Amino acid sequence: MLVAFQLLNGLTFAALLFLVASGFTLIFGLMRIVNLAHGAMYLIGGYTAYAVTTATSSLLAGIVAAAVLVALLGLIEQALLRFVAGHELRQVLLTLGLGLMLNDAALVIFGGDTLNVPIPDWLQGPLQVGGLYYPRYRLFVFGVGVLVFVLLWLTVNRTRLGALIRAGVDDAETVQALGINIRLVFVATFMLGMALAGLAGALGGAFLSLYPTADSEILVYSLAVVIIGGRGSLVGAAIGSLAVALLSTFGQVWFPELSYFVIFGPMALLLAFRPHGLFGQTA
Amino acid sequence: MDRRSFVKTSAAAFGGLMLSTHVVEALAQGTGPVKIGLLAPLTGVVAAGGKEIVEGFNLYWTQVGGKVAGRQIVVLVEDDGSNPDIALQKARKLVEQEGVAFLIGDLLANTGLAVAEYAKSNGVPYFMPVVAADDLTQRARVPNVLRVAGYTASQMSRPLADWAYRKKNMRKVVTISQDYTFGYEQCGGFAQVFTGLGGKIAGQFWNPLNTQDFSPYIAQIQSASPDAVFAMETGADANRFIQQWASFGMKDKIPLIGAQNFTDQSVIRTLGPEVEGIVSSAHFAEGNPIPATQKFVSDYQGAYKKLPSIYGFSFYSAAMWLAQAMEAINGQVEDRQKFLAAVREVTLTNSPLGRPVHLDAYGNPVYDVYIRQVVKKPGGGYWNVPLETYPQVSQFWTYKPEEYLKQPSYSRAFQGISKG
Amino acid sequence: MNASKLKIRKTLVMAAIGAVLLALVPLVAPGYRTGLVTQVLIYALLAMSIDIMAGYAGRTSLCHGAIFGTATYVVMYFVTVAGGNVWIGCVLGVLAAMAVSLIAGLLAVRTNGVYFLLLTLALGMVVWGVCVRWTSVTGAENGLRGNVRPDWLADPSRFFYLVLVLSGLLMFAMWRFVSSPFGMSLAGIRESESRMRSLGYDTSRHLLIGFVFSGFVAGVAGALYALFNSFVSPSTVALAQSVMGLLMAILGGIGTLSGGIVGSALIVVLQNVVSSYTERWSMVLGLMFVLVMIFAPEGLIGTLRSRSGRRAARLAQTESQEGRV
Repeated sequence: MLVAFQLLNGLTFAALLFLVASGFTLIFGLMRIVNLAHGAMYLIGGYTAYAVTTATSSLLAGIVAAAVLVALLGLIEQALLRFVAGHELRQVLLTLGLGLMLNDAALVIFGGDTLNVPIPDWLQGPLQVGGLYYPRYRLFVFGVGVLVFVLLWLTVNRTRLGALIRAGVDDAETVQALGINIRLVFVATFMLGMALAGLAGALGGAFLSLYPTADSEILVYSLAVVIIGGRGSLVGAAIGSLAVALLSTFGQVWFPELSYFVIFGPMALLLAFRPHGLFGQTA
Repeated sequence: MDRRSFVKTSAAAFGGLMLSTHVVEALAQGTGPVKIGLLAPLTGVVAAGGKEIVEGFNLYWTQVGGKVAGRQIVVLVEDDGSNPDIALQKARKLVEQEGVAFLIGDLLANTGLAVAEYAKSNGVPYFMPVVAADDLTQRARVPNVLRVAGYTASQMSRPLADWAYRKKNMRKVVTISQDYTFGYEQCGGFAQVFTGLGGKIAGQFWNPLNTQDFSPYIAQIQSASPDAVFAMETGADANRFIQQWASFGMKDKIPLIGAQNFTDQSVIRTLGPEVEGIVSSAHFAEGNPIPATQKFVSDYQGAYKKLPSIYGFSFYSAAMWLAQAMEAINGQVEDRQKFLAAVREVTLTNSPLGRPVHLDAYGNPVYDVYIRQVVKKPGGGYWNVPLETYPQVSQFWTYKPEEYLKQPSYSRAFQGISKG
Repeated sequence: MNASKLKIRKTLVMAAIGAVLLALVPLVAPGYRTGLVTQVLIYALLAMSIDIMAGYAGRTSLCHGAIFGTATYVVMYFVTVAGGNVWIGCVLGVLAAMAVSLIAGLLAVRTNGVYFLLLTLALGMVVWGVCVRWTSVTGAENGLRGNVRPDWLADPSRFFYLVLVLSGLLMFAMWRFVSSPFGMSLAGIRESESRMRSLGYDTSRHLLIGFVFSGFVAGVAGALYALFNSFVSPSTVALAQSVMGLLMAILGGIGTLSGGIVGSALIVVLQNVVSSYTERWSMVLGLMFVLVMIFAPEGLIGTLRSRSGRRAARLAQTESQEGRV
């Protein structure tokens, strides 16, 4: 019974991690950019959802607003990144600086109090599943995670945009040579990745809370997920989220002393011996 | 006057970095303004608390017209970044570059410990209204470091253990706490008294700071079926725990009793009905109907549009305390020994607590501690209202100080649990 | 041959001028400000250690802060907890730092680019995690404190001169290292690892040696920091420390070595000044990162050098056009 409970805990946490990491892995996979501002985007998405949902009493409005605002911020970030195109490390460091700025801006605008995105009554409290009481909201997040996974998978594997993305991941130059405006594909992908971060922030902001250092915390999880699962791979992001969430959940309970190793250890080892993660593409 | 203009005034007073220290020396002669170095975490994870520290402190000076014993009060604020390395850097800057008369502040225990060490080597007076690390007024006390208007971590949780055992007949309790010294000390205080009376601690859970997901712990707590859960969480962790606890439907199943910070305004002001009914213990209860407290609360609310938390309250009281000491010695704060002696002798009579407060022989105040409960506030929001009072609780509870100091400091390994 | 001898002479002259100017600091800016300059020198060593790998071997790392802080922890522990002699403690600290860089290097030199960055980030976090959780040794969040500076060095000016001499020696060592044939081979690896391998170089071993040497420098800096601060906590090994060091190296100029001093001075002074007026230091730091990456990715010294290099090339061109040798 307890194990089943913990398993559910791990699964629902994994769903949120997947939502955060999916955007990160899309951008990392296609554009080779490690967007260290991703955590800050999550946080800003969360704060936006908080502000909008509090004002309109609609969670949906909050989620949409978060996704749209963060996607627009992503547009600005993309524009900045074009100044350093072709220099991988400079791009990473630029995103790092941007993340610092966004985090401080959020502190100024929203203050340091811990905020929670309000959730509608029908999502509050527990649902009885057999003899188990489980929070409705976490089940909802799980559902959204699965839905987003399916939608993303369909988009990447069954649409033209998806085909272009996959081709671009494999060989961007050839795609360009074929006359396709690879830049538009990049922009679209970047905005999609950012929208996902905003969505994750809105949903996460309701049960993980929003506060000044939440961005670096979630970024660490995203990095771990993408490195374990492999960049550019949706299935990898899903497996990676499951791995990190379960490691985190059970690690917390069984090995509280090693709480940081449990995530960074596997991450470091994978990077050393299999940098492309479990499902990532080489080169 | 707001913080920025205080800072600008003093910054303008001695220009850029390369000016000599002569100007600073002239200011420290005893008739110019009194320069106070206030360290607060304005960025980092406890930024909200840091802001309230500055607000509470400045509120008092504004109320008395910014002057004490005929001298103007200049508060220089530096951000300690929730980080002991930075706190140390800023402490040095305030004392050695700006020439402040004394230091006050910090929130996190590790920043306080770092600055206290610096004060020890330097001799500058350092006051800690919020840093609660037990040993700074016990085994590792420093003569020029005093907990003005402050408290030790284990001081407040002991009455709660007594109340839980005697009044509520709880016999089996599980503790969940953040895994660091502040948590060990609060839990230790609780556990020692509770088991000393005959109660049983059925399990202790220690969660790392910034635990996102409390569900694994909630599951385990549930399977232990205790009479109550003693929760020691601060900041975002407290927020998340309370929320997640309610979302699992635990609120009506197992009573939650908490450490002081758990139900502090800084946590509950952004939460809803999930906080109602949680019992905690502290010297300050913002819902206390007595006039002294309510006047302070309404002043604070008028100035900052929110109910005061422990941070705002403690620093307001500290300012009051220090002002009283300064008056007693006619404003001669540069005479460190005289000033420290005056601070030790203060009996604060008009604090928002409405009861006199003074320091014990070890540099920590003695308080009447309330068992308080979170209830709905008329007009919206929630606040802590006293249920019962435990008079004159010191950092040593009912133990004799010399005996108590023989036992080791609270840690994960030592929680003061009585066997049998 | 003439040109390189000229270059060496020029570097030595600049260094001598710098040393003389620095030696005057305690006389013109005593007490606290001397302490600030001491801090600049210590961080400059950290920045330079990062530059050895980033600028010369082409591997940007985010774990040098952790290596730096490891030495600090060892010194603090050895002196305040184990009651040992401070100089032995410093030696142990440097050795510990080198050990950490050896392990990190063994894992990391197989990767490059962004993966190297992420791997060193993860390794740095592992070190940080150890420092936070190993309460009995590291004191967890509270860290370790207690005076470790010997009494005869208590005066800030005396300590400053010690740091000045040591950093001067280290900078000289680093300069000789990167100009040596070994240093050249590292630069070769940066340009094209596959070519170096086909020429018969054991690139992994070269990178590892370079990494351990940079760890040695970071370790000395960390030990000096223990003496300077008499305090250590997990924030000393945190990611922010590595990021700060990296930014200092970048601001000065990756691959310039002396850029480390410039970057360090700029950041330390800026932080001191900015914090008197506003608490938005994070914002300022982030903005600097972004602007430097876009407008001056070669850093201050780097941009100066490439401008003067272009001018020299143009001059050489006109000279040869006019038929002069």
